[in-house]
Amino acid sequence: MNFIPKFDPSKVFFEPWATPELIAWNSQVILMGFLVCWASGMVGTFIVVRRMALMGDAISHGILPGIVIAFLTFGSLEVGPMLLGACLAGLACSFSIEWLQQNSPINKDASMAIVFTSFFALGVTLINLQAGHLDLDTDCILYGEIGLTPLAPNFIFGGNDFGNRSLWVMGLICAAIIILVSLFYRQLLLTSFDAILAHSIGWPVKIIHLFLMLLLALSTVASLESVGVILVVAMLVFPSVTASFFFHRLPSILICTFPLGILYTFGGFHLAYWLDCSIAAAMAITASICFILSVIFGPRSYIWKTAKKKPS
Amino acid sequence: MKNWVIVFGGLLISSSFLEAKQIGAAEDLNWLTQAERFIEMKDPSIRKVALGALLMGLSCGLIGSYVVTRRLSLFGDTLSHAVLPGIAVGFIWAGEKDNFSLLIGAGIAGFAGVCCLCLLKKFTRIHEDSSLGIVLSAFYALGICLLTRIQKVGYTDQSGLDSFMFGQVSALSSNDINGLFITLLLISLFIVFNFRQLLVTGFDPQFSKSIGIPNDFLQFVLWMLIAFCVISSLQLVGVILVSAMLVIPAATASLLARRMKTYLVLSSLFGAGAGISGTFFSFLGKSLPAGPLIVLVSALLFLIILFFRPEKGMLFCWLNTRSERSRIIIENTLKAAFQILEQKGFEENEITSLEIMKKRGLSRPEVEKEIQNLTTAGLATKNISPIDQVSLPSQTVMTLTPKGWEYACRMVRNHRLWELYLTNEAEYEPDHVHEDAEKIEHVLGEKTVRQIERLLQNPKTDPHGKLIPSITDIHQGNLPGAS
Repeated sequence: MNFIPKFDPSKVFFEPWATPELIAWNSQVILMGFLVCWASGMVGTFIVVRRMALMGDAISHGILPGIVIAFLTFGSLEVGPMLLGACLAGLACSFSIEWLQQNSPINKDASMAIVFTSFFALGVTLINLQAGHLDLDTDCILYGEIGLTPLAPNFIFGGNDFGNRSLWVMGLICAAIIILVSLFYRQLLLTSFDAILAHSIGWPVKIIHLFLMLLLALSTVASLESVGVILVVAMLVFPSVTASFFFHRLPSILICTFPLGILYTFGGFHLAYWLDCSIAAAMAITASICFILSVIFGPRSYIWKTAKKKPS
Repeated sequence: MKNWVIVFGGLLISSSFLEAKQIGAAEDLNWLTQAERFIEMKDPSIRKVALGALLMGLSCGLIGSYVVTRRLSLFGDTLSHAVLPGIAVGFIWAGEKDNFSLLIGAGIAGFAGVCCLCLLKKFTRIHEDSSLGIVLSAFYALGICLLTRIQKVGYTDQSGLDSFMFGQVSALSSNDINGLFITLLLISLFIVFNFRQLLVTGFDPQFSKSIGIPNDFLQFVLWMLIAFCVISSLQLVGVILVSAMLVIPAATASLLARRMKTYLVLSSLFGAGAGISGTFFSFLGKSLPAGPLIVLVSALLFLIILFFRPEKGMLFCWLNTRSERSRIIIENTLKAAFQILEQKGFEENEITSLEIMKKRGLSRPEVEKEIQNLTTAGLATKNISPIDQVSLPSQTVMTLTPKGWEYACRMVRNHRLWELYLTNEAEYEPDHVHEDAEKIEHVLGEKTVRQIERLLQNPKTDPHGKLIPSITDIHQGNLPGAS
């Protein structure tokens, strides 16, 4: 039994692009993956700077009950109700974490662990309660299935067929995130690095924080279908942390999420094609490999610096 | 504030809805007999599961109290995700679902995760939360990749692997129970023999280093024990929810306990209680997995303790603020009454509600309510006045009782003494002192008032030239109004 298949470059790199049908199918998958990486990478940069990386993890777990409840109330996998339910649950999750932190003697990390695990447990129980007569797939939410993107129904508006709907939704969310981030860039920047100064010049720090949480919930929910609950945190953290080994300034890091998104998607796609495993997991593995390489060889890496200093 | 109430109310309601649902689902099985079967514990499978949940709750609670006090909660979460590739590798190595090899694989993966965290901390300047996120997602992705690969290659018995995601109580074997038991034994032995050292290293690492306690070694053993605990509980609650069992019972105990020993005992009790009742509910519901229910029960317990614990619980705090607020209102009314009487030169005893309305700037119903409060507290009596010169139909007339009179004098004395103190000692302008005195008059104790009095040499009048009723006068009843 060969657990790791033989690596055949022509099979891995050219076979997915051999025929027009395959190209049409796979380019949709790639585009979806890229949109997910880019959108989460943009939001993730601010999340990492604010030292809230695990908040992304917490929120991505916490939206599970929201999705299930939306599914139970509307009875379908429509995008609108799902997004609404998930955003509400994500906000509820982040509110509860902050409330616990402020109104009880529980530490920040413990309150995070308490809230998101309870939300997640609630979600899993709700799914299991309905397991008999609903086809909400736990695996799909937990691991995501980006390879099935082309199967989504087409977006038909006014009699015209505009193509794949989930691509449209993800594209719109990605565009919204980019526009919002560039519009409110200054606000996000200052509140991330010096919240006290921002407060003293009269900016609504709390509202900006809330706005970022909303962006986080939005990008998490949107990428959920393709990468799943747990790997969302990989897409949030890896791009900006990897970029920080190459660039010092925030705008460069933000721009760097674009090529990194492309790299992750193509790398992950071909890795998954080679190993025949989950594409989302392969994307996260590619991201970790890129991260390890940049830790070792990145120009701003700490190892690099100490090595340079030694001879002098 | 209201938002929070709604959020938590929703949480509570949804969990109670859950319980109702489970009972509903098991109705055809007659849940009473089910409950009876559980409580009698005659069924060996029930006994096994309950024992497993009990052991897991105890060990998670014990080690969890160190996790929470050392702020390692998210570390536990990362560790529980990081064991996944180890499980997959263990499975491939053994070729089947053999618990022993899975545990070894998970142990190695957990160890590797801890090493990666240390390396990241040493060689990069990434913040701790980001490095936790990195290790968590990288290991988890590797695990998922291996698991999907296993499914594709088509090992015969891979169905059991899914149980590690959410736990599967029915698949609990006696091997698992042994593992849980050994873990509990190891944890309790470690804690018993190193109780003092752990206490010192946890709360004052600098000091413990200076007296020669091997901090790093203890920390490492603690990490390994957390990993053991996570791995042995996987079969019951699954990868994702193990960290909940580490944190929630211990956090619940931290709300109540003041000392480490009570903390440990309470936390393990909460863990065990949640374990048993979670399995009980899942037994009632038949198709429900025990892991999430155990977590939900412990979260519910946490909420209950958070709201209803004595002294500092939210309910008690709320009641306290309320009673405090009503006391301040009563005191303000009394003070207003004193001032009204003073304006009239202490010749009458009766105060009309109109006068209080003018003095306090309040509407009639509000003043009526205040008078009613004073009457219930036994500080005043009230009457309906005969209709006379005033345009109001029939207004309430209030007379202070001796007790109320004494109280009012005390309040006025506090207020005026403080004003005098501020002008004389702190050199405030006389027109600045009123606001400050309005606040402090409600909290000045008898002892402080005596001190101020002594300091100001028993003054008779305040900066505005008004009388300060002295304590001897109040007690002997030589007051203008009383005479």
